[in-house]
Amino acid sequence: MTRAIDYQIMWNRLIAVVEEQATTLIRTAFSTSVREAGDLSAGLFDVRGRMMAQAVTGTPGHVNAMAESVTHFVREIGRQNIFEGDVFITNDPWLGTGHLHDITVVSPTFRDGRHIGFFACTAHVVDIGGRGFGPDGNEVFEEGLQIPIMKFAERGEVDRTLVAMIRANTREPDPVIGDIYSLAACNEAGDRRLQDMMGEFRIDDLEGLSDFIMETSRDATLKCIAALPDGDYSNDMQVDGYDVPVHMAVRLSVQGTALKADFAGTSGPSRFGVNVPMVYTRAYACYGLKCAVAPEVPNNTGSLEPFEITAPDGCILAARRPAPVSTRHVLGHLVPDVVLGALHKCLPKTVPAEGASALWNIQISARPTDPDSGLANREVLMFNSGGTGARPKTDGLSATAFPSGVSTMSVEATEHVGPIVVWRKDLREGSGGAGEFRGGLGQTIEIEPRRGYDFYFNAMFDRIRNPARGRNGGASGRAGSVALSDGTQLAGKGRQKVPNGSRLVLGLPGGGGYGAPQDRPRAHVRADLDAGYITEDQASTDYGLSGDETHD
Amino acid sequence: MTDDKIRVGVDIGGTFTDVALDHPGGMATAKVLTNYAEPEQAILDGIVKAADRAGVALGDIHQVIHGTTLVTNALIERRGAKLAFITTEGFRDVVEMRSENRFEQYDLNLELPKPLVPRKDRFTVNERMSAEGDVLLALDPADVAAVVARVLAGGYDAVAVGFLHAYANPAHEQAVEAALRAAAPELSISISSVISPQMREFERFNTVIANAYVQPQVATYLDRLVARLGAEGVGAPVFMMHSGGGLISVETASREPVRLLESGPAGGAIFAADFAKAHGLDKVLSFDMGGTTAKICLIEDGTPKTANTFEVARTYRFKKGSGMPVSTPVVEMVEIGAGGGSIAHVDSMGQIRVGPQSAASEPGPACYQRGGEEPTVSDSNLILGRLDPDNFAGGAIPLSPALSEQALVTRICDATGLDPRDAAFGVTEMVDENMANAARVHTVENGRDIEAFTMIAFGGGAPLHACRLCEKLGIETLIIPPGAGVGSAIGFLKAPFSYEASKGIFQRLDQFDPDTVNAALTALEDEARAFVRAGAGDAETTTRLTAYMRYSGQGYEIPVVLPYRTFTAEDGDTIGAAFEAAYRRLFGRVIDGLAVEITNWSLVVASVLPDVASAGRHLTGLPIDTARERRFYDAALREMVTAAEVDREALTPGAVVHGPAVVVERNTSTIVTSAYTVTGQGDGSLLLQRKAAAMREVAA
Repeated sequence: MTRAIDYQIMWNRLIAVVEEQATTLIRTAFSTSVREAGDLSAGLFDVRGRMMAQAVTGTPGHVNAMAESVTHFVREIGRQNIFEGDVFITNDPWLGTGHLHDITVVSPTFRDGRHIGFFACTAHVVDIGGRGFGPDGNEVFEEGLQIPIMKFAERGEVDRTLVAMIRANTREPDPVIGDIYSLAACNEAGDRRLQDMMGEFRIDDLEGLSDFIMETSRDATLKCIAALPDGDYSNDMQVDGYDVPVHMAVRLSVQGTALKADFAGTSGPSRFGVNVPMVYTRAYACYGLKCAVAPEVPNNTGSLEPFEITAPDGCILAARRPAPVSTRHVLGHLVPDVVLGALHKCLPKTVPAEGASALWNIQISARPTDPDSGLANREVLMFNSGGTGARPKTDGLSATAFPSGVSTMSVEATEHVGPIVVWRKDLREGSGGAGEFRGGLGQTIEIEPRRGYDFYFNAMFDRIRNPARGRNGGASGRAGSVALSDGTQLAGKGRQKVPNGSRLVLGLPGGGGYGAPQDRPRAHVRADLDAGYITEDQASTDYGLSGDETHD
Repeated sequence: MTDDKIRVGVDIGGTFTDVALDHPGGMATAKVLTNYAEPEQAILDGIVKAADRAGVALGDIHQVIHGTTLVTNALIERRGAKLAFITTEGFRDVVEMRSENRFEQYDLNLELPKPLVPRKDRFTVNERMSAEGDVLLALDPADVAAVVARVLAGGYDAVAVGFLHAYANPAHEQAVEAALRAAAPELSISISSVISPQMREFERFNTVIANAYVQPQVATYLDRLVARLGAEGVGAPVFMMHSGGGLISVETASREPVRLLESGPAGGAIFAADFAKAHGLDKVLSFDMGGTTAKICLIEDGTPKTANTFEVARTYRFKKGSGMPVSTPVVEMVEIGAGGGSIAHVDSMGQIRVGPQSAASEPGPACYQRGGEEPTVSDSNLILGRLDPDNFAGGAIPLSPALSEQALVTRICDATGLDPRDAAFGVTEMVDENMANAARVHTVENGRDIEAFTMIAFGGGAPLHACRLCEKLGIETLIIPPGAGVGSAIGFLKAPFSYEASKGIFQRLDQFDPDTVNAALTALEDEARAFVRAGAGDAETTTRLTAYMRYSGQGYEIPVVLPYRTFTAEDGDTIGAAFEAAYRRLFGRVIDGLAVEITNWSLVVASVLPDVASAGRHLTGLPIDTARERRFYDAALREMVTAAEVDREALTPGAVVHGPAVVVERNTSTIVTSAYTVTGQGDGSLLLQRKAAAMREVAA
């Protein structure tokens, strides 16, 4: 037997097992954000609660968060109460993945009657009651049903009382209950493959394999960290927040193989649902660092532990219960920009400029203008992305999600879901920050209610007052904007109305530039002008292209 | 095709042009190097060679069936027409913004594939249809005239037109096409409502653009080919293999070349399907492994599984999302960057990784002695005794185990501390894992249990790996057909004339409108039937109707096969029941209380094929005398074993050899692991059965 080789093969197989677990969930889930956008995660844990493998999905936000969650389940349920056929559940934002819409399901796995590990998965459900997905709540209690860590099923028997409670507390009982069953089923799918593998390799538990994965991953990560120059590196960044600006500060300290990021100096909590539980901050900080420092190492407890992330308890990035946290993704998505800015001082020519970063998700509630018209209420959810920051050697990506990895939906499909017309969804000309390498462009979106309808939308947009900054002499990207077609400016956060006959016009932020604009090759500036990525005005003002040069 | 008429199949691949000639005396084949400058020359050379072997005059050839990778190559290499794209104002950047995600999460320097039409060549007009196909904003003739003038002034060779919701109402696209046609009768024009009338703008726009991009050169090539064949005495009509696994006329192919993209692989799947029928197998996994990639396809009841969207020209390690989506009917395949030439390396964690980079044929694996220094899958197979150094490619390429070992030592052993044999085992095992995992995920995605399938393996690398793959997947039975080196070309000869017409119609089942559907289906049938008649004349045909359906609120549709007839209002319920049955089959359950919707209809009309002759199946037989021995590394046992070496010709029908064994033929070897037994078959295939399974089948 060549054990080291066997372990390598089994590790490779486990990654396929959790990918299969995730695929099963994507295919059967109801939640739009799971199916279309990949807002889910799935992973395998050993009996001690160490995460051994996790599927690469659209949400770095779940990575570290889910890695921590299984130990909470073990603590709350108690090892003596874990039985074959059990399924555990929670949506606790502080013990799960940051807001009530995310339901985490954990299934213990057994071999020959012996408990050997856990499968866990998380998905964003369509509705969890309360005010709905939006930032207007002042306490988590307003944001929907809270499911503490408990058993969804014991020894294969589903808890009917819990199902009835959940059904009664959501606007969409069928898809939500359907999604919980999908989560449980995907764990079962993973378990079948795991059992096959253990039979093939003739192992009875996961301990040896888990130790191998942890050690190999930790060693590889520590080696990457050791290559960084020692020192303390600070950065700060101001973003919009809900009603008052939010200041985010971080200090990275690198000492040998230790890498710490501390968010001391960050603003206090908001009265609104933009607060971020620590677990989610840690996930995104870790993601940003990992992209730049150790991108090759797969996610598991061994590769995540070396990143030590802390924040003062109670600050906006380490919100305390019962703070409202529904739209914690907005500030969460901005965390990598702060962290990468600090890392830039330690690791030059590696990290990108700041980008739009926070997704411009929009939840639209179409309501009949005349309540007696007999027309039905409709809900539409859209995912949209601005531009990413320019990179040290290439332009930023236009209308592309980062750090989130979610996808947008087809406009044609969206218009079949609800009574809206999307009149425009195209690149926002001139929105990329100028630089030797240009920031990615944002996009312009125009949406109008169809005849007979008005619509309300929950704004959860940032970088309207604080654009993405450039790096090394690159200019800022253009800030975002929210307005009606008649020019009325709207707020970046909160529920607002678009009346029939009017259009909502969103201008999504562009990414920052990298390097001095004067250093951009003239041919590239001219090509940008030909394509309409930049305006004539920008060509001359930002890049210094003279009138004679604008045409070949 | 039901009589003794002589037919020839021609497949142009990246390296070789394969010819298979079916004549009353049997099947004659030829393999010649692909001629990139003049592809038709290689075709002609191959046909002449095969006809010589068969003793057939060129003038006696009745039909030429052709498939080619040249269309795909034109897309990958970006060698297409100077192209303009006209679209709805507000949607100029759909093909550039793509899905707005990153297909690789941890690469800060990720580059997205550039659209085929750069932004400066994308024009817009003010117009808009609603989701239901009603006009929200009428087309302004002055606006159309202006865009036509800009296109003419731009000197474009081809134009693609794609408007929002044009699948629901094509009037505006047709009006722009007419205006362009009037102004420039010779211009190549493709419109999305004809090329891909399906919902989802990114996929549809990309498809019509891909079509327009290759249309002028494909049309020119096909014209030249037909003329050249005629001039040289092959006056037979030429038909083209399409991605969906059927044949269409040259004229259709010239107008809709985007349908040809996967013609070669589709031929391979049809080849496997033919053997599935001959062996009476209803659940088959085809496995095609070459030098650079491996392809896997599900074949049920003799029919390869099809889909209506796929991705071509992936730019990033074969990653999903890194290519161009194309919405046309296609035989659904999973492609993995794994082949004999795949290069192995050690990553930053000291783990062995294989592919997708390939040493290709130049310089090739280190053992080819052509300067390759990277260890490949073939090098590892050589070290493990699975390849015979003196009998590779019929002895034409002498292999050097010393060079293989040297490559493994420098690139793998030094970094991992493994000895060369363990390193070689690690490489082959990792590549087999990658293929097995892809096959498993694919069957799961289709709601199938892989252990119930039989594998049919072909392509140069497959016989070396297929048996180990079956061990990993729990597959008990494996067939290695003869003629596997030119499988696609043979497959072309087994394909029906077929055409799939489709239309996006969005309806909730509780508001099922039979009149709209019936009218649309009649139009689809007329369309498809006309295409089939062009090739098959008045031959008997079959129709297959598929509705793409989902629960309201879901994002992915599932195909639901329905009886083709005139629907009534009551059919809402029967269609609902068919959906639930299909959903349960895929996902194991149905969901009560949710509305069901139909998004798309597709109708396939195909000519009826003659029954396939039974293979003369031998589940058991007499062990034959095997004096020769050879040693190879048995992966499941983790040790070198002494195997019987036997020539493929010796495995006559009913002849049995128990594994471990190596079956040797001119171009490749079949590895039979210790857990399997091989039995010769009446049709020249090898049947490998897991030993316990072999016992069970015989007992039953």
